[in-house]
Amino acid sequence: MSKQAVTLALYADPDEAAGALKELRNCGVPGFKMDDVIIKSPIDHPELSELLNHRPVYIQLFTLLGVLFGPTTGLVLIASAQASFIYQSRGGRPIVPFPPDMVLTYELFILSGVLMTVISTFIAMKLPGNRSPLYNASVSEDKIGILVKAKPENIPQIDEILGRHNPTEIKGDHTR
Amino acid sequence: MSHSVHSHPQLDVQIERKFVPKAKDLGPDVSWAQINKDVLRSLEKPRPAFWIIFFSALALFSFGVYCEVYQYQNGMGVADLNNPQVWGLYIATFIFWIGMGHSGTLLSALLHIIHADWRKPIYRYSEAMTTFTLLTAALFVMVHLGRVWQFYYVVAYPNERWVWPNFTSPLVWDATAIGTYLTSSLLFLYMGMIPDLAICRDNARGARRALYKFLSLGWQGTDRQWGNFKVAYMTMACFLMPLAVSVHSIVSTDFAVSQNPGWHVTSFPPYFVLGALYSGCSGIITLFIVLRYVFRFEAYMTQPILNKLIKMTFAIAMVWTYLDLIEYATTWYGSDEVAKADLVYRATGDYALQFWGMIFCAMVMPFTLLIRYVRHNYTVLLIISLILNLGMWLERFQIITPTFAKSHYPWTWTSHWWPSWVQWGMVAGSFGWFTMLFMLYCKIFPSVSMYEVKEMVHEQNLEGKLAQPVSEHAHEAGLPEGGQA
Repeated sequence: MSKQAVTLALYADPDEAAGALKELRNCGVPGFKMDDVIIKSPIDHPELSELLNHRPVYIQLFTLLGVLFGPTTGLVLIASAQASFIYQSRGGRPIVPFPPDMVLTYELFILSGVLMTVISTFIAMKLPGNRSPLYNASVSEDKIGILVKAKPENIPQIDEILGRHNPTEIKGDHTR
Repeated sequence: MSHSVHSHPQLDVQIERKFVPKAKDLGPDVSWAQINKDVLRSLEKPRPAFWIIFFSALALFSFGVYCEVYQYQNGMGVADLNNPQVWGLYIATFIFWIGMGHSGTLLSALLHIIHADWRKPIYRYSEAMTTFTLLTAALFVMVHLGRVWQFYYVVAYPNERWVWPNFTSPLVWDATAIGTYLTSSLLFLYMGMIPDLAICRDNARGARRALYKFLSLGWQGTDRQWGNFKVAYMTMACFLMPLAVSVHSIVSTDFAVSQNPGWHVTSFPPYFVLGALYSGCSGIITLFIVLRYVFRFEAYMTQPILNKLIKMTFAIAMVWTYLDLIEYATTWYGSDEVAKADLVYRATGDYALQFWGMIFCAMVMPFTLLIRYVRHNYTVLLIISLILNLGMWLERFQIITPTFAKSHYPWTWTSHWWPSWVQWGMVAGSFGWFTMLFMLYCKIFPSVSMYEVKEMVHEQNLEGKLAQPVSEHAHEAGLPEGGQA
């Protein structure tokens, strides 16, 4: 795999960042893809994310698995624990009474859904993980960072595009 | 052909009126850097009142611990718990704390789902309140057991002889529901805090930096992280809504499945849920005023936000009042003579003072929230919010104690039963425990969500741009005065 260089431009104005992203989309630099662009920001900017290629979120799928797995397993465990006392006298009452068992089944439905959501979110967000070497603390304060990975020979062209939209700072790591 | 954009004077007025700005929840001059600075400052230098509150809470908690040790060494007799008064203040206070815990996460989740932005500066501490009230409530289950080392009997877990607990018992439902709610609320709180923990990490030094670095998990605020985060947060909010409703409904079944009179009204579950929301909202108002002063959050915990919170509390109080009156009416006009006698005893018997105290504090006092002076005077509002919660505590007391005092069998009747100082000490200790944990949390973690307040400011600015009157748009577009093209 060929070596890639990274450059990060910081913007104070979301409109300027949007302008830079639009120009990157249409720049026609050979070998450059929008998949190699990452936005870093202190808040969610859906209007900027829309300018990148579609990045699907699969969390709900795992949530669905959780809400199917939790109650099914829970009900089976509860019912099998109750059924293990099958020889005890129940005085005409059912050995496995489904209506009251629904209460715990419902709670397990929620618990399993929540846990699967959290686990899948951490996996999708790649957390815990290490911050990139170009991480700048100002993106957690008030700046929007556009990080671009590209071939080292294309970096000057990328920097030029990023520089046309009034960044507060451009810094690069060309050694990766 | 020239064309007039809005040349008619009446049309001018209509268009201008359409863009009359709403009262903004935050001031106009809040910058993102300032938000970071203000919230991070709260972690370092609170007002001296913080330490006064913290050490007062520690003293109360220490007294509670002393009472628990005394009860542990001398047996449950010192708590004056005996047949028929087997629950006393422990279970009344347990329900009070569980109820207090409901508003934080439930309201945070509900307001998040309906995109009510005013929740953003106040939801974090509300969720923390939920977590610590649940931890406080859990203490009472163990204290009430007497044999605290056997608390795991209520958890769905087999004992040493592989006998499983009774899955049809509401006590097992309770433990499972509260465990689920605590786990989910804690994860909801933590998940929502990760971007802010990253801000803390970027600005802290020493041991604090190590703590925030560990807890922020390497968050960088990338578009992929935000995209997943938003979906996950909304999904969890959707789970927490029905969960919170189910938990307090289950708490109501602790009563409803028993044989005691007065606990079988059909509206019991929603009555409990609304009671929980009511006391929780009052608690949020109390903490709003305290945190606003102690941590200097005047720029974020503003009067418009407090007004909305008060309106919501009043609405919930009215629904709760309606359900409470429905309970009395159903019992009065029903055919259960014992339940009717129980109701009459509550209102006229040994505990009438508590009953009418509850009516005054929880049903009459909310009307003071309609007075503008009360809403704007924080000292008065603080006192009223505490009175509302006193009313809700009395409500839990008068559900339990009078019912046990005059139940089905006359030979179990007791009169003038009053909890011993050990029980009162434990109740006081629980308030100390909650306050201590909550204040510690606010000193270590950001109690105002920085990134969400930034979102709020961002949206307010966008709204401000859109809400510029048409004549300004026309001016910006290079049109002459009056909109003539």
